[in-house]
Amino acid sequence: MAIDNIWVFSQVADGAATSSTLELLTKARSLGGSVTAFVAGSVGDAAGQLGDHGAAKVYETGDLAGALPGPAVASAMQAVLDGGDSPDLVMFPQSYEGRDVLARLSVKLDRTVLTNSTDVSVDGDAVSVVTPIFGGTKLVTSTFTGEAPYLAAFRPKSFEVEGGAGAAAEVAAAPVPDLGSTAGATVNAVHVEETSGPKLDEADIVVAGGRGLGESEKFDMVEELSKALKGAPGASRAIVDAGWVPYSYQVGQTGKVVKPTVYIAAGISGATQHMVGMKGSKNIIAINKDSEAPIFGVADLGIVGDVHKVLPQLLEALQSRG
Amino acid sequence: MNVIVCVKQIPDPALPGELDSDNTLKRDGKLILDESDSYGVEMALQLVDNAGGGEVTLVSMAPTAETSGLRTALAMGAAKAVLVSDPALAGADALTTAKVLAGAVGKAGEYDLVIAGTESSDGYTGTVPEQIAEVLGVPSVTFAKSIAVDGGSLNVERQTEAGYDEVTCPTPALVSVTAGVVEPRYPSFKGIMAAKSKPVDTVTAADLVVDSVSWAQSITAVDDAPPREAGEIVEDEGEAYEKIVAFLDELKVI
Repeated sequence: MAIDNIWVFSQVADGAATSSTLELLTKARSLGGSVTAFVAGSVGDAAGQLGDHGAAKVYETGDLAGALPGPAVASAMQAVLDGGDSPDLVMFPQSYEGRDVLARLSVKLDRTVLTNSTDVSVDGDAVSVVTPIFGGTKLVTSTFTGEAPYLAAFRPKSFEVEGGAGAAAEVAAAPVPDLGSTAGATVNAVHVEETSGPKLDEADIVVAGGRGLGESEKFDMVEELSKALKGAPGASRAIVDAGWVPYSYQVGQTGKVVKPTVYIAAGISGATQHMVGMKGSKNIIAINKDSEAPIFGVADLGIVGDVHKVLPQLLEALQSRG
Repeated sequence: MNVIVCVKQIPDPALPGELDSDNTLKRDGKLILDESDSYGVEMALQLVDNAGGGEVTLVSMAPTAETSGLRTALAMGAAKAVLVSDPALAGADALTTAKVLAGAVGKAGEYDLVIAGTESSDGYTGTVPEQIAEVLGVPSVTFAKSIAVDGGSLNVERQTEAGYDEVTCPTPALVSVTAGVVEPRYPSFKGIMAAKSKPVDTVTAADLVVDSVSWAQSITAVDDAPPREAGEIVEDEGEAYEKIVAFLDELKVI
């Protein structure tokens, strides 16, 4: 057995595949063998895009009618497997939906899962993944030892996106079977927390604030600085947990992974949980009172000082440049 | 209303993590209640209070017989606990953990709702709650920031990448809750004293008739990540902001 049939859990929004989907398809294609995109929902016009990034075949569940994807998509996957198309490896993004489908499928197939990975390699029949631990200071390589299909989830931005793979993929229906007792969780309303400016995980510059700001009102400084730099504001888990800013601002293990050109950490000490989400930034500027703060270990420019002094000065200097 | 909360006892995250000789996380010292589970315990206590009856039961798994983390949650107000303590479970994968915890849920009695954190602070695989739901054969809502009961169903606000969704779900169900969504109560002195005598039913995986305690993955290497090149660290004496401006200038981002 070689690894010659790889599935990628794929998500399509507003007619286009998500960036995580394209990252995983690009990587899957580099591993050899045939690549299939398994779409939660309807693929629509995105079939061409999926094909161009490596999918030779697309399965689509069709509209999920508001059902949360976990049980629905995992059941649809199992039905295709039972029908004889059995993958060697199924790749998921480490997203809300990716995790839910992965978890349900692992129980249905009685297969282990490896998650939070940032790389994958194939050596003959063996599939190994790399997972950073202890805030990314150590890299653990784990190898699947049982029977395929192997199930793994990868952090966003682990792989580059590259198109040019070729023709539009062939599309086949993978309808959701009766879910029995696991059915019933249904979305009734969707709320989008509007932010102006670029999206946090796509912004070229991110200005993030942490506990060192002292109080929630001081987050305004972070907002203003990010606006002046045409970037996006972010936050450490500590101040999201404290209710200063919404969860959608969170950078880190449980939040978003960002890799901007410049990351400015203001009053963030650099807990493991946070570092995982921003360590891949090209340039890191840290401002913190405590010279021993771990964030200085990854900073290209570290300012040991008071954010309440440095941020207003910085803002004024930037604004006076016009 | 009966709510079961899955909780984990973990090594103190404030201390640097260490690996054992088999490359799994060292867990032989004192274990504390994972802070990210305290939100679920609080939410469960509030739901039972609002329902005007029922109780909160904890389920947990550990390679040792440690109970100090469980006592914290019992002191908050949970009525009892089932602890699956079994050295055979050291290094267990997420699927095995889910099978064991689902077995413990069965032992804990009738329930309307199972609550779990979205992921533990030490292993953070992030799949266990949804895997438990599948083993139990119940629907689930993950990443909840609030739960309200409405007759035989739940109204849940579910965190999404862009905001949140309103989700309804019939019971019995499993809901995983994100950290920081409620303010966990501090155990009172009375609560701490009462917790000492609350029942903790300690069982093994075999007692729960969980057939397989093996996992199809092995750690083949642990390497140091390539370090980032050391940067320039300056003490602010009133002009450090100019360094930042110059740095941004050099990168041509301003």
